[in-house]
Amino acid sequence: MDRIDDDLKAFLIESNEELTQIEADLLVLERDPEDQELMHRIYRVLHTLKGNCGFLGLTMLEAIAHGGETLLSRLRDRQLSLTPEIISALLNMKDAVQIILANLESTGQEGEAHFTELRDTLDRLQAGEAPEPSLTMAEPPAPLPSTPPPSQSASIPPSSAPPSPNVTPTEPAEVRPAPASGDLKSHAASFTDSTIRVQVALLDKLVNLVGELVLCRNQILEFANSQSDSTFVDTAQRLNLVTTELQEGVMKTRMQPIRNVWGKLPRLVRDLCQSLNKQVHLEMVGEDTELDKTLLEAIADPLIHLVRNCIDHGLESPQTRLAAGKPAQGQLLLRAAHESGYVTIEISDDGAGIDVEQLKLKALEHDHITLDQAANMSDQELLNLIFLPGFSMAERVTNLSGRGVGMDVVRTNIEEIGGTIDVYSQRYTGTTFKLKIPLTLAIIPTLVVTCGTERYAIPQVNLLELVRLEGEQAHHGVEMVHGAPVYRLRGHLLPLVYLKQELGLDQQSPRSSARTSEAQTDETFNIVVLQTAEKPFGLVVDAINDSQEIVVKPLGKQLKGISCYAGATIMGDGHVALILDVPGLAQRAHMVDEPQEGVSTGDTAELQHQQTDLQTFLLCQGPDDRRLAIPLSRVARLEQFNRSSIEQAGNQDVLQYRQQILPLLYLSTIFAGDGKAGQVPITGATLQVVVISTQGDNHQSHNVGLVVEQIRDIVAEQLTITSPATQHGIACTAVVQNKIMEILDIEAIAAMVAADQSSLARVSDRPQPQRQPATMAV
Amino acid sequence: MAAPTITAPTMADQQQCCTFFLDQLFFGIEVKAVQEIVRYQDITPVPLAPVEIGGLINLRGQIVTAVDLRRRLALPSRPADQLPLNIVVYTNGETISLLVDAIGDVLEVSQEDFEPPPETLTGRIRPLIRGTYKLEDGLLLILDVEKAVDVATVG
Repeated sequence: MDRIDDDLKAFLIESNEELTQIEADLLVLERDPEDQELMHRIYRVLHTLKGNCGFLGLTMLEAIAHGGETLLSRLRDRQLSLTPEIISALLNMKDAVQIILANLESTGQEGEAHFTELRDTLDRLQAGEAPEPSLTMAEPPAPLPSTPPPSQSASIPPSSAPPSPNVTPTEPAEVRPAPASGDLKSHAASFTDSTIRVQVALLDKLVNLVGELVLCRNQILEFANSQSDSTFVDTAQRLNLVTTELQEGVMKTRMQPIRNVWGKLPRLVRDLCQSLNKQVHLEMVGEDTELDKTLLEAIADPLIHLVRNCIDHGLESPQTRLAAGKPAQGQLLLRAAHESGYVTIEISDDGAGIDVEQLKLKALEHDHITLDQAANMSDQELLNLIFLPGFSMAERVTNLSGRGVGMDVVRTNIEEIGGTIDVYSQRYTGTTFKLKIPLTLAIIPTLVVTCGTERYAIPQVNLLELVRLEGEQAHHGVEMVHGAPVYRLRGHLLPLVYLKQELGLDQQSPRSSARTSEAQTDETFNIVVLQTAEKPFGLVVDAINDSQEIVVKPLGKQLKGISCYAGATIMGDGHVALILDVPGLAQRAHMVDEPQEGVSTGDTAELQHQQTDLQTFLLCQGPDDRRLAIPLSRVARLEQFNRSSIEQAGNQDVLQYRQQILPLLYLSTIFAGDGKAGQVPITGATLQVVVISTQGDNHQSHNVGLVVEQIRDIVAEQLTITSPATQHGIACTAVVQNKIMEILDIEAIAAMVAADQSSLARVSDRPQPQRQPATMAV
Repeated sequence: MAAPTITAPTMADQQQCCTFFLDQLFFGIEVKAVQEIVRYQDITPVPLAPVEIGGLINLRGQIVTAVDLRRRLALPSRPADQLPLNIVVYTNGETISLLVDAIGDVLEVSQEDFEPPPETLTGRIRPLIRGTYKLEDGLLLILDVEKAVDVATVG
């Protein structure tokens, strides 16, 4: 009994139900042998039973059911006519089936009995050589199936060819090992009688009603708090407890183990491995984890997609794996568990992991992100790019993946049911997808916050932590990055979003939020740190009230279009509160990058196009104290080199740098003023080199070292372009920190190197870089 | 809800109208569309919603969107001290509350008094008015409920 899987359980329940019916049907059939419909029904039941047995690998049961089925099919086709003997045999068959079912239920095995005699009888009867006509009449007192005269059955050899009027319904010797009938009943009761089938619609209705009850309970509890009548308060407490228990109970009725969805996976994995020539060991942990039926259905497709992805993209071919020192067989681990009111599902492989660099390139290539963004993104943020619509890492489209529709759909599906998905990946060691799914849709735990005069509920699935700043902290805690408020949370900058402004409750413009925060100096400053798919952000609210379980109610269609809300709920006092949709809110606050706005290169037109966006620059001192700015996104590293390490290749100064040859460009040369070029030698024993990565025509990135006088600062600025380029190599000029800053055109500068390298010409054919031997020699 | 003031219908084209007031104007809607009339309910405003949306009300556990008819019809805003009443209608498969100033009687109007909206009626209000009934003591404007609640959603 300890290890009976669900399929078997379902089979037992179903079969037991049907067997009861068969018995009744057989008895009716005996009285009215012409009832074709009845015959069909019995036949169908046996047929299903046989099919299920084959599926579950129950050979004995299958053989018996098969015997019965064949016999019935001959009866149905009128090749045989119904005799009491046949009925008896069929009834005995039913008994035998029941015995086996009972064995299955108690031991998980079919049992020792082989029922050979029964099967022989069935075979003999269906063979039909028996003189049936005589049988039908010759034996008017049909022997009761369960009470065969033992002497008779003993006297007839089991496989006696000549059919005799004597019926050999069961072999007592073989039946005996099975539990006695009374015993059998009590066993059957364990699954069959304790289970009833209920319409899902009824359960849905119950869940909704319990939702209402929870609301009522919340209201009463709130009312009870203001009451002093101890009887009332006690009753309210009891109501509270009972409601909670009822809620749990009703929710459980809709719960199904995740096994129901995972069950399909081994086959899927096997087929995929066959077609992809990979070896994968699938391991599933926590198959018994239960979640709501609706949710289970909703995650089925995303799960399959993720598993496919893991096998197709994640796990390498056996050869590659062996070469990388891993076992040829890849591991795919699925783990499900309950975790603080949610179900977490992890899908991890020990494959190649996601190549973040390649991912970055792909994202740039398809304009999903700008170069600036790319430079500033952490690996984790880059990983999250895979969830962008239209993003595909696949080199080529296979029949499994690579069409660029997938992960975004997975995420949308998961978010639709109030869940979240995260990806963690380590190059060469594997990738893990972590899904967080609410247990149920109807009632969710939330955090209630106040903003303005209203309360809002934030689903706890999105909640990371709460930060409360008081007094001085509130005053200084929030810093501004050019109008964008941020908070330093344990050393990381947390972008802040003011709920008031996002909801348009504050008439001030979002950029003037600094004043808002300063206006709140005396008060506390509440930050709700929320997790979105891309990046956490802090939501600034007026007050944090309480955590509360709420019943989600949909909004009317007039309000459906507002992405900030996930629905509404009724609070304890009967007031309606809106439920915030965190991904929607983040989108609104532009926390989430919108791929359409991506800008790929740094040329002037595009710089102007995005001039309202913040850009980060590396400020360097050029010749003549010119302030030169290099978009930080293009900066790979900042290095110091000893002057003595410079070597010459052709006419190019080069350095050995990370097993590569790094061509050096002297900004002082390129931007040297008229005639003074070379007279501003870079002094000191070390060179300050800004290593920038450029992309050649063939998309191969190579590095160029820009030798600068001095590296000054890194600034994030909203670009205001004051004038176009004045010189080749300068993209544009802008005012930064009240000073003129020249923004370098990296592409043009890189082209100078490329041109130099390709032609190895001493004098570049470009007019601008007037290479001065004097400087070169320095 | 007040009882009909006019006695049993005599004409074939009689229609019952639930009437209400909005800024001195006298409106009516088909009585069949009306689910119930509820006194003032606590309204939860919905930030970012179209201006015509008054907010959300809790109608015995059901959350119902309330359309502020004054704003919908581009009438002057309701004085702050005047609490709106809810006419709860069921239209297009949704329950929606219409916020009005005051409720009038249920009137029985006859088709022969009906006229399309006068030409002088212009602006936002016009497409939402089906027509007028000429009553003895004034005009009754018939509101097109379906159009009135069809507030364009904005992102």
